[in-house]
Amino acid sequence: MNELQFLTWVRGPGLDIAVGIFLLGVLWRLFEIYSLGRKKDLSAPRHAAGASGLHTVFRRSLPPPGLLKRSPVSYIGGYIFHIGLAVVVFGFAPHILLVKNLTGLSWPGLPSQFIDLAAVVTMAAMVVMLVDRINKPVKRFLSTFEDWFTWAVTFLPVLTGWMAVQHLLLPYTTMLAVHILSVEILLIVLPFTKLFHAFTLFGSRWYNGRANAHKGVPV
Amino acid sequence: MSATLEKGIRVLKEVIDAPIASYFESCVHCGLCAEACLFYTETGDPKYTPIHKLEPLRRIYEQEYTLLGRLKKMVGLSKPVTDGELDQWQELVYNSCTLCGRCSAVCPVGNDIVYMVRKFREGMSASGHAPEGIKGAVERTVTIGSPMGVKLPAVQAQMKHVEEDYGLPIPLDVEGAEYMVMLSSMEIINFPEYLAAVAKIMHQAGKTWTLCSTAFEATNAGIQIGNSDLAKVIVSRIVEGAEKLKVKTVISPECGHAYTALRWEGANLVGRPFSFEVKHIIEVLDEFQQQGLLKTEGFETDKLTFHDPCQLVRRGGVIQQPRTLMNLVAKNFVEMPDAGYMNWCCGGGGGASAIEEGEALRLEAFKKKKSQFEAVKPDRVVTACANCRIVLEESLEHYQMELPVIGLTELIAEHIPDNAPQAAIKS
Amino acid sequence: MAEAMAASRRPSVIWLPFQECTGCTESITRSHSPTIEGMIFDMISLDYQETLMAAAGFQAEEALHNAMKDNYGKYLLIIDGSIPLGVDGAYSCIAGRSNLELLKEAAKGAAAIVAMGSCASFGGIPKANPNPTGAVSVSDIIKDKPIVNIPGCPPIPVVMTGVLAHYLTFGSLPELDDKGRPKAFFGETIHDRCYRRPFYDQGKFAKTFDDEGARNGWCLFELGCKGPVTHNACATAKWNGGTSWPVESGHGCLGCSEPDFWDAGGFYKALSMPADPLKIAAAAAVVGVGAGVAVSFANRAKKGAAKKAHETTTLEDLEK
Repeated sequence: MNELQFLTWVRGPGLDIAVGIFLLGVLWRLFEIYSLGRKKDLSAPRHAAGASGLHTVFRRSLPPPGLLKRSPVSYIGGYIFHIGLAVVVFGFAPHILLVKNLTGLSWPGLPSQFIDLAAVVTMAAMVVMLVDRINKPVKRFLSTFEDWFTWAVTFLPVLTGWMAVQHLLLPYTTMLAVHILSVEILLIVLPFTKLFHAFTLFGSRWYNGRANAHKGVPV
Repeated sequence: MSATLEKGIRVLKEVIDAPIASYFESCVHCGLCAEACLFYTETGDPKYTPIHKLEPLRRIYEQEYTLLGRLKKMVGLSKPVTDGELDQWQELVYNSCTLCGRCSAVCPVGNDIVYMVRKFREGMSASGHAPEGIKGAVERTVTIGSPMGVKLPAVQAQMKHVEEDYGLPIPLDVEGAEYMVMLSSMEIINFPEYLAAVAKIMHQAGKTWTLCSTAFEATNAGIQIGNSDLAKVIVSRIVEGAEKLKVKTVISPECGHAYTALRWEGANLVGRPFSFEVKHIIEVLDEFQQQGLLKTEGFETDKLTFHDPCQLVRRGGVIQQPRTLMNLVAKNFVEMPDAGYMNWCCGGGGGASAIEEGEALRLEAFKKKKSQFEAVKPDRVVTACANCRIVLEESLEHYQMELPVIGLTELIAEHIPDNAPQAAIKS
Repeated sequence: MAEAMAASRRPSVIWLPFQECTGCTESITRSHSPTIEGMIFDMISLDYQETLMAAAGFQAEEALHNAMKDNYGKYLLIIDGSIPLGVDGAYSCIAGRSNLELLKEAAKGAAAIVAMGSCASFGGIPKANPNPTGAVSVSDIIKDKPIVNIPGCPPIPVVMTGVLAHYLTFGSLPELDDKGRPKAFFGETIHDRCYRRPFYDQGKFAKTFDDEGARNGWCLFELGCKGPVTHNACATAKWNGGTSWPVESGHGCLGCSEPDFWDAGGFYKALSMPADPLKIAAAAAVVGVGAGVAVSFANRAKKGAAKKAHETTTLEDLEK
């Protein structure tokens, strides 16, 4: 397989398969999880201002009092790499072009130097998070193969994308193909690992918020 | 697989629902729940990480309700849950969890971890993996009527004492009374002041109230052991009593989990909405105060602080009311760090105080509370849960700290003038 | 070199056309250095070439067989066009015999084989998806002869004649890359030697074929140029006697010297663009929902059964 064939495969059938598995996986898993249902709460609700499922969906993005101090790496590192990922994924002009090509939707991109910086900072934050996972007894204790694997699967697209832009190691187009391949792996892995929290997080926060809102506890 | 294990797993299959599935799928192993758990912060042992306490439940969910989990189990990638494993988990699910709910409050993906611990206990108890101490409490509550073995004559003796000492009538089985007052056996045995305080407060407010001879005990060890069938047996007595006496409101005593059992779990246990309201005594006091039915005189001048019972505050939503009441009678009321919604547990909630073999750990975990006390150095601690009160007293004694613990209701009652005019005369 | 070429006995060259369009022959006639006529007169004995030879019919066939017999083991075999394998090769026959049969017969006595053009080298356009004739390349069939691939659609004229000249001069095939192409001509990508490369490096791209960027001669990457992944000599050797080449005339490279270029996701789609990722999305979504609903029903049944089998816990049950 030469470069053209590799690139053609990853942006053709490879992507078809990855997007297919991703969509299939996400829908299947969402049904699997949320169809289990739950019992209606028969106790009389107590109403309180600012307490609802939706409130919690947003509020849980902020650290509760005292926790930032106890686990600064988790919060600061977590913020940086999640926001960084969003900036790189949605702010990079070629990515927007891609979305435009597929859906017709488009929005202004961010300067490429800024994206470059964001990618580097994101990778740095992810490395720090990884070191923290190795160093912190609780995180190390909880970690399974999946935790290391999903870290790598998330890290690689950022790294290969950045290297493609920087023209490092491999010819640009080959690196681009590797980048697309790494994104495909991420897409395939996402619905079946803890990365699926990208979807279930909203449900979980909402359930928790609702249960608390029922008791009149603004969480 | 033993028959009991099979039963436990079947029960877990019943209780696993969409929230639990969503919670397990959302966990990213960030470990922040550990930072919120006093059993981890005080011991530094990662095994006390709240989400880890649910590992067997997670596997059962995965193996029973996910396609990939079933495959993993088939090819041996996911091990089946065994009796030995659940035995090992007893310490994690009971001794080192007071159902305080701090983990549920901090989880960044929004997992209600305590909700899952409560459900996991259904399977643990059904498969015979509950600790002896709580089993005993459940047994006594179901057979005798109270976890401490208190029977009606003991209550009647208390009633008599209060009537003699304060000259206030203690109504029993009065049909059509507005309030039905519940007690916890700790209040009957250790803190008889409570009954007197309620009598005083009701007298001043001019409200009709009653005790119920068939349902005076509010605590529900079935909730603590995590068994809905047994919890239902216990709570049904109260429902029947309240319906028989046709009361408007049942008042939960100063006891956290009794409040949870009645207020939030009760209707779900009996399977229908209540025909009466359930309120914690603190809520009732706050209402009386707002309606002008609670008048106090004088102030405490020493430094007081308030210990939030988890089930009342974080898991119950009664957050502001105790503070309003504290300020009503205390000049020097100080808050501990993290007070209110994020307060730290006494270490003995959720049945933990009934587990003898968990005492050393409980005392270790108490260091958190201790440091909170040391931060504000109060002269006395006020709380609104008899179980918190006993655990605090025992632990303070262990650490040789001179720090009296009192109940908020009694504190309020102390400031009610003895010859207070009956407010009801107005109406 | 000229002397060496003139002195040598003119070797026999047999050119067999299979499933092809004659574009390669058209192209080689435009070679300016050396020219095809110069080669025929001075360097080779072109014993069979359907388009160029005067003979036809039985005469032509006879010339072919004589050449193969007389020069057995020594002649150079040039193939243009792919070999269709479908329907026993019936898609392309000459004198009633299939291309496959002809190739095998001619290859037996050849000293070396030149696969001229992308069809002979890699299957080319006939092999494009869904490949109705079952077209394959020469190297897919012949495994025991030295083969040099000169891909391109068509190949650059001087590259074709240049490789022939090399073979005649040195008596061996030039150094080849992993795709069997002479490194001398296919060692670098179009992109690497493109005169528009500085614009690429500066991020200056033509967005349409008639915009300011296009008029300014900016990089054609975003218009689908396959230069970055295409190995060929267009940017250096150029076409039509060094006059110009596709990119110079304002059109992106199609990647014609690479295998399967026809199926590389569209000529006008940038290399960074996915071909058609939503192709199977709808089907996948339907399957996903189906699987999800199936699991849901199974789960609900399981949960229901567990509920049904519920035995009320009694105090005795708390014990193991």
